[in-house]
Amino acid sequence: MAKLDLVMYEEEYKALQDIIGRLQRDAQAKVVFLVDKNGQQIAAAGDVRSIDATSLASLTAGNVAATDGLAKLIGEKEFSLLFHEGEKDNLHISIVGKRGILVVIFDQNSSLALVRLRVKKASRELQEIFDKVEIRAQSESGGSARFESPFSEITDEDIDKLFGD
Amino acid sequence: MTFINYASREINCKIVYYGPGLCGKTTNIQWIYEQANPEKKGKLVSLATETDRTLFFDFLPLDMGTVKGFKVRFHLYTVPGQVFYDASRKLILRGCDGVIFVADSQRPRMEANIESIANLATNLKENGFDIRSIPYVLQLNKRDMPSAAPADEMERLLRFRNEPMIEAVANRGTGVIETLKACARQILLELQKG
Repeated sequence: MAKLDLVMYEEEYKALQDIIGRLQRDAQAKVVFLVDKNGQQIAAAGDVRSIDATSLASLTAGNVAATDGLAKLIGEKEFSLLFHEGEKDNLHISIVGKRGILVVIFDQNSSLALVRLRVKKASRELQEIFDKVEIRAQSESGGSARFESPFSEITDEDIDKLFGD
Repeated sequence: MTFINYASREINCKIVYYGPGLCGKTTNIQWIYEQANPEKKGKLVSLATETDRTLFFDFLPLDMGTVKGFKVRFHLYTVPGQVFYDASRKLILRGCDGVIFVADSQRPRMEANIESIANLATNLKENGFDIRSIPYVLQLNKRDMPSAAPADEMERLLRFRNEPMIEAVANRGTGVIETLKACARQILLELQKG
């Protein structure tokens, strides 16, 4: 089955967080989000409190998925970049590797050219980390699994508790 | 695809409500949204037409509490049920951890239920999943309708892998939480395997 969970450890998460923090400052953006293609937020930088990040992540992933579908209809592999221009704020959405989406929200304090330039550099760095995560995941899903699921001892009681029973 | 973040000790799972048009997928999610503790739920996002038919998807994030020190969060999605939205349905199944099939109990809708399950199997396969092994629950919705078929008849037609089968009246909330719980249980037990 094509199911490979995305497992992220502290060190990888910190590295991703550092990169998008730097991108947010260098691109003079308001907020930067890193989202996975299935609609889950991975990391964020900037004034994130002003935005409903969870909805943003799922809608971005839906948007990218729909655009992917459009690309395939006209014989393209994908559209690697989406840009939405608003009256005040703009959204720059780009694909990172196979599973990441980078969302940059910026206003007139920055420019599309600057954002594109900075995103390019950050994307390469993010890609390297995603590759590492993937290689590790694959080696762990092989026979010599040193990764032990924290849920290996989950009980029915634990699940009942989640539902307040 | 479950996202386990060791840094923030969070685990996110994606559950998709599937089924034919007007079977009550959105009603299920809406009921959960209305009942959930305000601290636990996020915003309900609905991409619907002017007549409230789902156009792309509904989305509801739910914080469930903690298991083994990890915050568990479910992302609930519905697909658009109408036949011609098939491309959208396929996209929404991407990376899902579990599926809830909402069947419409009304007798005239039985063919639509069967077609929709076949469509689900095809779309899951295209996303690299197998309908016979993914966490899966069958909900028989609209049990209160006068034209509802008997449950055992629906079971014969729609149940194919000994999956949990739950009778529901989603607009009154009957069976809604039980259904979600049955799916969550399978997903979390799946994680046990690592």
